Amino acid sequence: MINEEAELLNLNKLQSGDPEELTKMVHQFSDPIYRVALRMLNDPAEAEDVLQETFIKALRSLKKFEGRSKLSTWLYRIAVNESLMLIRKRKPEIPITQDDNDDQDNAGISVSQIVDWCCLPESEFLSNETREVLNAAIQKLSENLRTVFILRDIEGLSIIETSQALELTETNVKTRLLRARMKLREELSVYFGEKLTEY
Amino acid sequence: MEKHLHCKEFVESISNYVDGDLSEELCAELDKHLSECENCRIVVNTLKKTIDIIHEQAENEKIPEGVKDRLFYRLKLEQFKK
Repeated sequence: MINEEAELLNLNKLQSGDPEELTKMVHQFSDPIYRVALRMLNDPAEAEDVLQETFIKALRSLKKFEGRSKLSTWLYRIAVNESLMLIRKRKPEIPITQDDNDDQDNAGISVSQIVDWCCLPESEFLSNETREVLNAAIQKLSENLRTVFILRDIEGLSIIETSQALELTETNVKTRLLRARMKLREELSVYFGEKLTEY
Repeated sequence: MEKHLHCKEFVESISNYVDGDLSEELCAELDKHLSECENCRIVVNTLKKTIDIIHEQAENEKIPEGVKDRLFYRLKLEQFKK
């Protein structure tokens, strides 16, 4: 999650290429940009490529940044686009995974797992195994759902910021977020439902 | 006549509900439904827990130091990296 309040950046200095200010920007935003790329691609080497390309492009285009969105939102947009380009390169014959229902209204949401696993010990939720199950579930989401989910729920952008970063309407962001969250809840419910039998 | 909310309608609003992004009126309707429907209570609680787990897992993720070094080198900013 980016904390832009932690260290305010001087846009004039950034745009004039002040290396110390640019360094501050890279320090501030490299963690979240790497995290987004890693979650999008699930490959550390590709995530590093995206990280580098994002900042190279940003440094090149900073002069054109008009401040209509936050600097972080702008960087996220570049990183998401770079990640999607890499995904396309990986499988050029296959279009970006889209679920035809991603942007439909919320009427088609189904719920199949009604298991109350909230009572499990906290250590279960923080285990490495849970992390792996969650990562695998995130990778199963279509790119449309995954990008919205990563920006909103992992990076903590608001609905408006997510819609700006992805150039989507707020309604589409909310619809995709609902679908992504419900799919992940279902996956975790299957996993934790089995765990419940061990207690 | 009081509107009776169904589980299907509840699920359609569940994401906005956990984000606190609903009108007071709709929120009250959902609260009422939740007090009467155990299945929806389970769904909302496990959804909240899912989001909590995601936040907790993501909180401490940092970029590996080597990756950061190579980034500064590529940007020709390595001499400014403290």
